[in-house]
Amino acid sequence: MIDKFVAIADAFEGVADGSTILIGGFGASGEPTQLIDALVEQGAKDLTMVANGAGAGGDFGISRLIEHKRVRKVICSFPGRKALVFAEQHKAGEVELEIVPQGTIAERIRAGGAGIPAFYTATSAGTLLGEGKPTEVFDGVTYVLERAIKADLALIEAWNGDRWGNLTYRSTGRNFNPIMAMAAELTVVQVQHKVELGDLDPETIITPGVFVNRMVHIPHGNPPKF
Amino acid sequence: MTDKLLFENVKPRSRVEIAKRVAQDVTAGWCINLGIGIPTMIADYVPASAEVIFHSENGILGMGTAPSEADQDPWLINAGKQYASLVTGAAIIHHADSFAIARGGHLDLCVLGAYQVSQNGDLANWAIDGGESAPAVGGAMDLAVGAKRVWLLMTHLSKAGVAKLTENCSYPLTAAGCVKRIYTDYAVIDVTENGFEAIELVDGMTIEQLQRIVDAPIRMA
Repeated sequence: MIDKFVAIADAFEGVADGSTILIGGFGASGEPTQLIDALVEQGAKDLTMVANGAGAGGDFGISRLIEHKRVRKVICSFPGRKALVFAEQHKAGEVELEIVPQGTIAERIRAGGAGIPAFYTATSAGTLLGEGKPTEVFDGVTYVLERAIKADLALIEAWNGDRWGNLTYRSTGRNFNPIMAMAAELTVVQVQHKVELGDLDPETIITPGVFVNRMVHIPHGNPPKF
Repeated sequence: MTDKLLFENVKPRSRVEIAKRVAQDVTAGWCINLGIGIPTMIADYVPASAEVIFHSENGILGMGTAPSEADQDPWLINAGKQYASLVTGAAIIHHADSFAIARGGHLDLCVLGAYQVSQNGDLANWAIDGGESAPAVGGAMDLAVGAKRVWLLMTHLSKAGVAKLTENCSYPLTAAGCVKRIYTDYAVIDVTENGFEAIELVDGMTIEQLQRIVDAPIRMA
Protein backbone atom coordinates (compact mmCIF):
# COMPACT_ATOMS: atom_id res chain seq x y z
CA MET A 1 0.00 0.00 0.00
CA ILE A 2 1.29 3.43 -0.91
CA ASP A 3 1.00 5.88 1.97
CA LYS A 4 3.13 9.01 1.75
CA PHE A 5 1.84 10.59 4.97
CA VAL A 6 4.54 10.88 7.64
CA ALA A 7 4.86 12.56 11.03
CA ILE A 8 6.21 16.09 10.77
CA ALA A 9 9.29 15.07 12.79
CA ASP A 10 10.20 12.63 9.98
CA ALA A 11 9.41 14.95 7.06
CA PHE A 12 13.02 16.03 6.49
CA GLU A 13 14.88 12.91 7.52
CA GLY A 14 18.07 12.65 5.47
CA VAL A 15 18.15 16.26 4.26
CA ALA A 16 21.81 17.30 4.15
CA ASP A 17 23.60 20.58 4.74
CA GLY A 18 24.30 22.37 1.47
CA SER A 19 21.07 21.21 -0.18
CA THR A 20 19.30 23.23 -2.86
CA ILE A 21 15.70 23.73 -1.78
CA LEU A 22 12.57 25.06 -3.49
CA ILE A 23 9.95 26.79 -1.36
CA GLY A 24 6.46 27.37 -2.80
CA GLY A 25 4.34 30.42 -2.15
CA PHE A 26 3.94 34.00 -3.28
CA GLY A 27 4.26 36.19 -0.23
CA ALA A 28 2.51 34.29 2.54
CA SER A 29 -0.03 32.81 0.13
CA GLY A 30 0.74 29.14 -0.44
CA GLU A 31 3.92 29.29 1.64
CA PRO A 32 4.43 26.00 3.54
CA THR A 33 5.01 27.79 6.81
CA GLN A 34 4.81 24.80 9.17
CA LEU A 35 7.13 22.71 6.99
CA ILE A 36 9.66 25.54 7.10
CA ASP A 37 9.41 25.46 10.92
CA ALA A 38 10.10 21.72 10.80
CA LEU A 39 13.11 22.26 8.51
CA VAL A 40 14.48 24.82 10.98
CA GLU A 41 14.02 22.18 13.68
CA GLN A 42 15.75 19.50 11.55
CA GLY A 43 18.77 21.78 11.34
CA ALA A 44 19.99 21.61 7.71
CA LYS A 45 22.15 24.65 6.89
CA ASP A 46 24.22 26.23 4.09
CA LEU A 47 21.10 25.94 1.96
CA THR A 48 20.61 27.42 -1.50
CA MET A 49 16.98 28.54 -1.43
CA VAL A 50 14.92 29.09 -4.57
CA ALA A 51 11.67 30.98 -4.01
CA ASN A 52 9.88 33.99 -5.42
CA GLY A 53 10.91 36.21 -2.52
CA ALA A 54 13.16 36.33 0.50
CA GLY A 55 10.51 36.43 3.20
CA ALA A 56 7.13 38.06 3.79
CA GLY A 57 8.32 39.63 7.05
CA GLY A 58 7.35 38.64 10.58
CA ASP A 59 8.81 35.64 12.34
CA PHE A 60 7.46 32.89 10.14
CA GLY A 61 8.15 31.07 6.91
CA ILE A 62 11.11 32.05 4.76
CA SER A 63 11.89 35.01 7.05
CA ARG A 64 12.31 32.59 9.94
CA LEU A 65 14.54 30.20 7.95
CA ILE A 66 16.78 33.12 7.05
CA GLU A 67 16.71 34.52 10.57
CA HIS A 68 18.08 31.19 11.80
CA LYS A 69 20.95 31.59 9.31
CA ARG A 70 20.21 28.38 7.42
CA VAL A 71 20.41 29.98 3.97
CA ARG A 72 23.72 30.65 2.21
CA LYS A 73 22.27 31.76 -1.12
CA VAL A 74 18.89 33.06 -2.24
CA ILE A 75 17.72 32.68 -5.85
CA CYS A 76 14.55 34.76 -6.26
CA SER A 77 12.82 37.38 -8.42
CA PHE A 78 11.76 39.85 -5.74
CA PRO A 79 13.38 39.83 -2.30
CA GLY A 80 10.54 42.03 -1.04
CA ARG A 81 10.41 45.17 1.03
CA LYS A 82 9.38 43.26 4.15
CA ALA A 83 12.34 40.86 3.89
CA LEU A 84 14.30 42.82 6.48
CA VAL A 85 16.26 39.92 7.95
CA PHE A 86 17.38 38.91 4.49
CA ALA A 87 18.37 42.49 3.64
CA GLU A 88 20.47 42.72 6.80
CA GLN A 89 22.30 39.43 6.17
CA HIS A 90 22.78 40.24 2.50
CA LYS A 91 24.28 43.61 3.34
CA ALA A 92 26.62 41.93 5.82
CA GLY A 93 27.77 39.53 3.09
CA GLU A 94 26.36 36.51 4.92
CA VAL A 95 23.93 35.48 2.20
CA GLU A 96 24.38 35.61 -1.57
CA LEU A 97 21.63 36.80 -3.91
CA GLU A 98 20.86 35.78 -7.49
CA ILE A 99 18.04 37.85 -9.00
CA VAL A 100 16.12 36.04 -11.75
CA PRO A 101 13.09 37.39 -13.66
CA GLN A 102 9.94 35.79 -12.28
CA GLY A 103 8.96 34.08 -15.53
CA THR A 104 12.49 32.77 -16.01
CA ILE A 105 12.63 31.35 -12.49
CA ALA A 106 9.26 29.63 -13.08
CA GLU A 107 10.38 28.20 -16.42
CA ARG A 108 13.78 27.09 -15.06
CA ILE A 109 11.94 25.12 -12.36
CA ARG A 110 9.40 23.69 -14.82
CA ALA A 111 12.25 22.67 -17.14
CA GLY A 112 14.06 21.04 -14.22
CA GLY A 113 11.00 18.94 -13.50
CA ALA A 114 10.46 18.06 -17.15
CA GLY A 115 14.00 16.84 -17.93
CA ILE A 116 14.90 19.86 -20.05
CA PRO A 117 18.46 20.97 -19.15
CA ALA A 118 18.28 24.47 -20.67
CA PHE A 119 16.10 26.66 -22.87
CA TYR A 120 16.12 29.98 -24.69
CA THR A 121 14.02 32.97 -23.67
CA ALA A 122 13.84 36.59 -24.82
CA THR A 123 13.48 37.74 -21.21
CA SER A 124 16.60 39.58 -19.97
CA ALA A 125 18.24 39.77 -23.44
CA GLY A 126 20.24 43.00 -23.60
CA THR A 127 19.90 43.66 -19.84
CA LEU A 128 22.13 43.35 -16.77
CA LEU A 129 20.45 40.08 -15.84
CA GLY A 130 21.31 38.56 -19.22
CA GLU A 131 24.97 39.61 -19.10
CA GLY A 132 27.46 36.78 -19.56
CA LYS A 133 24.85 34.26 -20.68
CA PRO A 134 25.07 32.62 -24.11
CA THR A 135 22.65 34.10 -26.66
CA GLU A 136 21.21 32.95 -29.96
CA VAL A 137 19.21 34.76 -32.63
CA PHE A 138 16.05 33.01 -33.86
CA ASP A 139 13.93 34.72 -36.54
CA GLY A 140 15.67 38.02 -35.88
CA VAL A 141 15.10 38.06 -32.10
CA THR A 142 17.87 37.62 -29.52
CA TYR A 143 17.30 34.96 -26.87
CA VAL A 144 19.25 34.14 -23.71
CA LEU A 145 20.17 30.56 -22.75
CA GLU A 146 18.88 29.69 -19.28
CA ARG A 147 19.72 26.54 -17.31
CA ALA A 148 17.07 24.44 -15.59
CA ILE A 149 16.84 24.36 -11.80
CA LYS A 150 16.83 20.94 -10.15
CA ALA A 151 16.69 20.76 -6.39
CA ASP A 152 17.38 18.27 -3.63
CA LEU A 153 14.22 19.24 -1.75
CA ALA A 154 10.91 21.02 -2.38
CA LEU A 155 8.59 22.36 0.33
CA ILE A 156 5.01 22.59 -0.93
CA GLU A 157 1.69 23.72 0.46
CA ALA A 158 -1.50 22.15 -0.95
CA TRP A 159 -5.19 22.15 -0.04
CA ASN A 160 -6.32 18.53 -0.48
CA GLY A 161 -4.11 15.48 -0.65
CA ASP A 162 -4.65 11.71 -0.67
CA ARG A 163 -2.19 9.01 0.39
CA TRP A 164 -0.84 8.62 -3.16
CA GLY A 165 0.19 12.28 -3.12
CA ASN A 166 -2.46 13.59 -5.52
CA LEU A 167 -2.95 17.28 -4.78
CA THR A 168 -5.26 20.23 -5.32
CA TYR A 169 -4.51 23.80 -4.29
CA ARG A 170 -6.50 26.73 -2.93
CA SER A 171 -6.93 29.81 -5.12
CA THR A 172 -3.73 31.83 -5.69
CA GLY A 173 -2.02 29.67 -3.06
CA ARG A 174 -1.24 27.47 -6.10
CA ASN A 175 1.45 29.78 -7.59
CA PHE A 176 4.87 28.05 -7.70
CA ASN A 177 3.78 24.94 -5.79
CA PRO A 178 2.84 22.59 -8.69
CA ILE A 179 6.02 23.26 -10.68
CA MET A 180 8.29 23.07 -7.64
CA ALA A 181 6.74 19.72 -6.72
CA MET A 182 8.06 18.39 -10.07
CA ALA A 183 11.62 19.61 -9.78
CA ALA A 184 13.06 18.06 -6.60
CA GLU A 185 14.55 14.72 -5.60
CA LEU A 186 12.51 14.89 -2.40
CA THR A 187 9.16 16.70 -2.49
CA VAL A 188 7.52 17.23 0.89
CA VAL A 189 3.97 18.58 1.02
CA GLN A 190 1.85 20.00 3.82
CA VAL A 191 -1.86 19.54 3.13
CA GLN A 192 -4.74 21.28 4.86
CA HIS A 193 -7.08 18.38 4.22
CA LYS A 194 -6.22 14.68 4.14
CA VAL A 195 -8.75 12.97 1.88
CA GLU A 196 -9.43 9.34 1.03
CA LEU A 197 -7.99 7.85 -2.12
CA GLY A 198 -10.72 8.29 -4.73
CA ASP A 199 -12.21 11.41 -3.14
CA LEU A 200 -10.44 13.71 -5.61
CA ASP A 201 -12.00 13.93 -9.05
CA PRO A 202 -9.21 12.78 -11.44
CA GLU A 203 -10.12 15.68 -13.76
CA THR A 204 -9.32 18.24 -11.06
CA ILE A 205 -6.03 16.90 -9.67
CA ILE A 206 -3.35 19.55 -10.29
CA THR A 207 -0.31 17.63 -9.05
CA PRO A 208 -0.38 13.84 -9.61
CA GLY A 209 1.13 11.82 -6.80
CA VAL A 210 4.17 10.71 -8.79
CA PHE A 211 5.77 14.11 -8.05
CA VAL A 212 5.26 13.77 -4.29
CA ASN A 213 7.41 11.81 -1.82
CA ARG A 214 6.26 12.74 1.67
CA MET A 215 3.15 14.45 3.04
CA VAL A 216 2.19 15.91 6.37
CA HIS A 217 -1.39 16.71 7.36
CA ILE A 218 -1.36 20.25 8.82
CA PRO A 219 -4.81 21.88 9.01
CA HIS A 220 -3.39 25.28 9.88
CA GLY A 221 -6.13 27.47 8.41
CA ASN A 222 -5.69 30.71 6.53
CA PRO A 223 -2.38 32.36 5.64
CA PRO A 224 -1.45 35.19 8.01
CA LYS A 225 -2.79 38.67 7.22
CA PHE A 226 -0.25 41.00 5.73
CA MET B 1 -4.01 72.52 -6.19
CA THR B 2 -1.38 74.85 -4.78
CA ASP B 3 1.40 73.45 -6.98
CA LYS B 4 2.79 76.00 -9.35
CA LEU B 5 1.96 75.10 -12.94
CA LEU B 6 4.92 74.13 -15.08
CA PHE B 7 3.31 75.83 -18.08
CA GLU B 8 0.94 78.77 -17.70
CA ASN B 9 -2.70 77.85 -18.42
CA VAL B 10 -1.86 74.14 -18.94
CA LYS B 11 -3.30 71.78 -16.37
CA PRO B 12 -1.47 68.44 -16.38
CA ARG B 13 -3.42 65.21 -16.07
CA SER B 14 -3.36 63.65 -12.61
CA ARG B 15 -2.39 60.00 -12.34
CA VAL B 16 -6.06 59.04 -12.13
CA GLU B 17 -6.79 61.10 -15.24
CA ILE B 18 -3.95 59.40 -17.10
CA ALA B 19 -5.37 56.01 -16.05
CA LYS B 20 -8.80 57.06 -17.36
CA ARG B 21 -7.22 58.17 -20.63
CA VAL B 22 -5.48 54.80 -21.09
CA ALA B 23 -8.78 53.02 -20.39
CA GLN B 24 -10.37 54.84 -23.37
CA ASP B 25 -7.92 53.09 -25.72
CA VAL B 26 -8.46 49.58 -24.41
CA THR B 27 -10.25 47.29 -26.87
CA ALA B 28 -13.10 45.04 -25.70
CA GLY B 29 -12.06 41.43 -25.24
CA TRP B 30 -8.35 42.11 -24.79
CA CYS B 31 -6.29 40.13 -22.29
CA ILE B 32 -4.37 42.70 -20.24
CA ASN B 33 -1.77 42.82 -17.49
CA LEU B 34 -1.64 46.01 -15.45
CA GLY B 35 1.59 46.75 -13.63
CA ILE B 36 1.65 47.15 -9.87
CA GLY B 37 0.75 50.63 -8.62
CA ILE B 38 -0.89 53.35 -10.71
CA PRO B 39 -1.52 51.18 -13.83
CA THR B 40 -3.78 48.98 -11.66
CA MET B 41 -6.26 51.90 -11.52
CA ILE B 42 -6.95 51.56 -15.27
CA ALA B 43 -9.19 48.57 -14.50
CA ASP B 44 -11.57 50.86 -12.59
CA TYR B 45 -12.35 52.75 -15.81
CA VAL B 46 -12.87 49.83 -18.18
CA PRO B 47 -16.59 48.91 -18.25
CA ALA B 48 -17.39 45.29 -17.31
CA SER B 49 -19.39 45.05 -20.55
CA ALA B 50 -16.09 45.26 -22.48
CA GLU B 51 -15.21 41.81 -21.06
CA VAL B 52 -11.55 42.71 -20.83
CA ILE B 53 -9.72 39.83 -19.13
CA PHE B 54 -7.20 41.02 -16.55
CA HIS B 55 -4.17 38.84 -15.85
CA SER B 56 -2.20 38.87 -12.61
CA GLU B 57 1.23 37.21 -12.71
CA ASN B 58 0.70 35.15 -9.58
CA GLY B 59 -1.88 33.04 -11.34
CA ILE B 60 -5.15 34.84 -12.09
CA LEU B 61 -6.80 35.17 -15.48
CA GLY B 62 -10.00 37.16 -15.02
CA MET B 63 -9.21 39.37 -12.04
CA GLY B 64 -12.00 41.62 -10.76
CA THR B 65 -12.01 44.84 -8.77
CA ALA B 66 -10.56 45.15 -5.27
CA PRO B 67 -12.90 43.41 -2.78
CA SER B 68 -14.47 45.17 0.19
CA GLU B 69 -12.92 44.20 3.51
CA ALA B 70 -15.82 41.84 4.21
CA ASP B 71 -15.23 40.03 0.92
CA GLN B 72 -11.46 39.59 1.29
CA ASP B 73 -10.35 36.00 0.78
CA PRO B 74 -6.97 35.41 2.47
CA TRP B 75 -6.04 32.92 -0.27
CA LEU B 76 -6.81 35.24 -3.18
CA ILE B 77 -4.21 37.94 -3.77
CA ASN B 78 -2.80 39.73 -6.81
CA ALA B 79 0.77 40.26 -7.97
CA GLY B 80 1.01 43.32 -5.71
CA LYS B 81 0.08 41.03 -2.78
CA GLN B 82 -3.20 42.89 -2.29
CA TYR B 83 -6.50 41.07 -1.83
CA ALA B 84 -8.13 40.38 -5.19
CA SER B 85 -11.40 39.11 -6.63
CA LEU B 86 -12.35 36.94 -9.60
CA VAL B 87 -14.86 37.72 -12.31
CA THR B 88 -17.30 35.12 -13.62
CA GLY B 89 -15.27 33.05 -16.07
CA ALA B 90 -11.96 33.51 -14.25
CA ALA B 91 -9.26 30.82 -14.12
CA ILE B 92 -6.56 30.07 -11.54
CA ILE B 93 -3.25 28.90 -13.02
CA HIS B 94 0.22 28.04 -11.74
CA HIS B 95 3.24 30.25 -12.20
CA ALA B 96 4.69 28.55 -15.28
CA ASP B 97 1.36 28.82 -17.12
CA SER B 98 0.93 32.38 -15.93
CA PHE B 99 4.28 33.37 -17.38
CA ALA B 100 3.65 31.34 -20.53
CA ILE B 101 0.73 33.73 -21.01
CA ALA B 102 3.09 36.68 -20.58
CA ARG B 103 6.14 35.37 -22.46
CA GLY B 104 4.24 33.46 -25.12
CA GLY B 105 2.61 36.54 -26.62
CA HIS B 106 -0.88 35.92 -25.24
CA LEU B 107 -1.28 39.33 -23.57
CA ASP B 108 -2.79 41.90 -25.92
CA LEU B 109 -1.51 44.68 -23.69
CA CYS B 110 0.68 45.34 -20.70
CA VAL B 111 0.68 48.77 -19.03
CA LEU B 112 3.72 49.55 -16.89
CA GLY B 113 5.29 52.46 -15.07
CA ALA B 114 8.80 53.64 -15.98
CA TYR B 115 11.87 55.35 -14.62
CA GLN B 116 13.00 56.09 -18.17
CA VAL B 117 12.01 55.35 -21.76
CA SER B 118 14.21 56.01 -24.77
CA GLN B 119 13.23 57.25 -28.22
CA ASN B 120 13.66 53.71 -29.63
CA GLY B 121 11.36 52.20 -27.00
CA ASP B 122 13.92 50.90 -24.51
CA LEU B 123 12.35 50.64 -21.07
CA ALA B 124 14.04 51.10 -17.68
CA ASN B 125 11.71 50.41 -14.77
CA TRP B 126 13.33 47.91 -12.39
CA ALA B 127 16.58 49.32 -11.00
CA ILE B 128 18.10 52.74 -10.57
CA ASP B 129 21.74 51.87 -11.07
CA GLY B 130 22.02 48.09 -10.86
CA GLY B 131 24.20 48.51 -7.80
CA GLU B 132 21.41 48.38 -5.22
CA SER B 133 22.22 45.90 -2.49
CA ALA B 134 19.15 43.86 -3.39
CA PRO B 135 17.45 44.88 -6.64
CA ALA B 136 14.08 43.28 -7.37
CA VAL B 137 12.91 42.56 -10.89
CA GLY B 138 9.74 40.53 -10.30
CA GLY B 139 7.90 39.92 -13.57
CA ALA B 140 8.74 43.22 -15.29
CA MET B 141 11.18 41.80 -17.85
CA ASP B 142 8.87 38.92 -18.80
CA LEU B 143 5.90 41.24 -19.32
CA ALA B 144 7.94 43.79 -21.28
CA VAL B 145 9.30 41.29 -23.80
CA GLY B 146 6.22 39.12 -24.06
CA ALA B 147 3.14 41.32 -24.40
CA LYS B 148 1.88 42.21 -27.89
CA ARG B 149 1.80 45.89 -26.84
CA VAL B 150 3.63 47.63 -24.03
CA TRP B 151 2.22 51.01 -23.02
CA LEU B 152 3.59 53.19 -20.27
CA LEU B 153 1.70 55.30 -17.75
CA MET B 154 4.11 57.88 -16.36
CA THR B 155 4.90 61.49 -15.64
CA HIS B 156 7.29 63.44 -17.86
CA LEU B 157 9.58 64.50 -15.06
CA SER B 158 11.09 62.69 -12.11
CA LYS B 159 10.63 64.13 -8.63
CA ALA B 160 14.02 65.80 -9.15
CA GLY B 161 12.68 67.44 -12.33
CA VAL B 162 14.67 65.30 -14.79
CA ALA B 163 13.08 64.27 -18.11
CA LYS B 164 12.19 60.58 -18.17
CA LEU B 165 11.60 60.44 -21.95
CA THR B 166 15.14 60.44 -23.23
CA GLU B 167 17.50 59.64 -26.12
CA ASN B 168 19.14 56.76 -24.29
CA CYS B 169 18.29 55.21 -20.93
CA SER B 170 21.00 55.65 -18.32
CA TYR B 171 19.31 53.25 -15.89
CA PRO B 172 19.55 49.46 -16.39
CA LEU B 173 17.14 48.24 -19.08
CA THR B 174 14.09 46.12 -18.40
CA ALA B 175 13.82 45.29 -22.12
CA ALA B 176 15.07 46.84 -25.34
CA GLY B 177 12.75 48.41 -27.92
CA CYS B 178 9.54 47.15 -26.32
CA VAL B 179 7.50 50.33 -25.70
CA LYS B 180 4.84 51.29 -28.26
CA ARG B 181 2.94 54.14 -26.56
CA ILE B 182 3.35 56.46 -23.59
CA TYR B 183 0.52 58.12 -21.65
CA THR B 184 1.77 61.06 -19.59
CA ASP B 185 0.57 64.04 -17.61
CA TYR B 186 0.87 66.24 -20.73
CA ALA B 187 0.45 64.02 -23.80
CA VAL B 188 -0.07 60.70 -25.49
CA ILE B 189 3.07 59.76 -27.41
CA ASP B 190 3.81 56.96 -29.84
CA VAL B 191 7.28 55.45 -30.13
CA THR B 192 7.89 55.13 -33.86
CA GLU B 193 10.77 54.27 -36.17
CA ASN B 194 11.40 58.02 -36.23
CA GLY B 195 11.38 58.41 -32.45
CA PHE B 196 8.79 60.13 -30.25
CA GLU B 197 5.61 61.36 -31.96
CA ALA B 198 2.88 63.04 -29.93
CA ILE B 199 -0.61 62.03 -30.99
CA GLU B 200 -2.44 64.12 -28.39
CA LEU B 201 -1.60 67.06 -26.11
CA VAL B 202 -3.58 68.18 -23.06
CA ASP B 203 -5.63 71.38 -23.46
CA GLY B 204 -3.50 74.46 -24.03
CA MET B 205 -0.23 72.53 -24.43
CA THR B 206 2.00 73.12 -27.45
CA ILE B 207 4.55 70.77 -28.98
CA GLU B 208 7.23 73.39 -28.26
CA GLN B 209 6.36 73.25 -24.57
CA LEU B 210 6.37 69.45 -24.65
CA GLN B 211 9.83 69.46 -26.24
CA ARG B 212 11.14 71.35 -23.20
CA ILE B 213 10.36 68.37 -20.95
CA VAL B 214 11.49 65.62 -23.34
CA ASP B 215 15.21 64.93 -23.56
CA ALA B 216 15.04 63.74 -27.19
CA PRO B 217 13.48 65.13 -30.37
CA ILE B 218 9.68 64.99 -30.35
CA ARG B 219 7.17 66.15 -32.97
CA MET B 220 3.46 65.88 -33.66
CA ALA B 221 2.44 62.75 -35.55
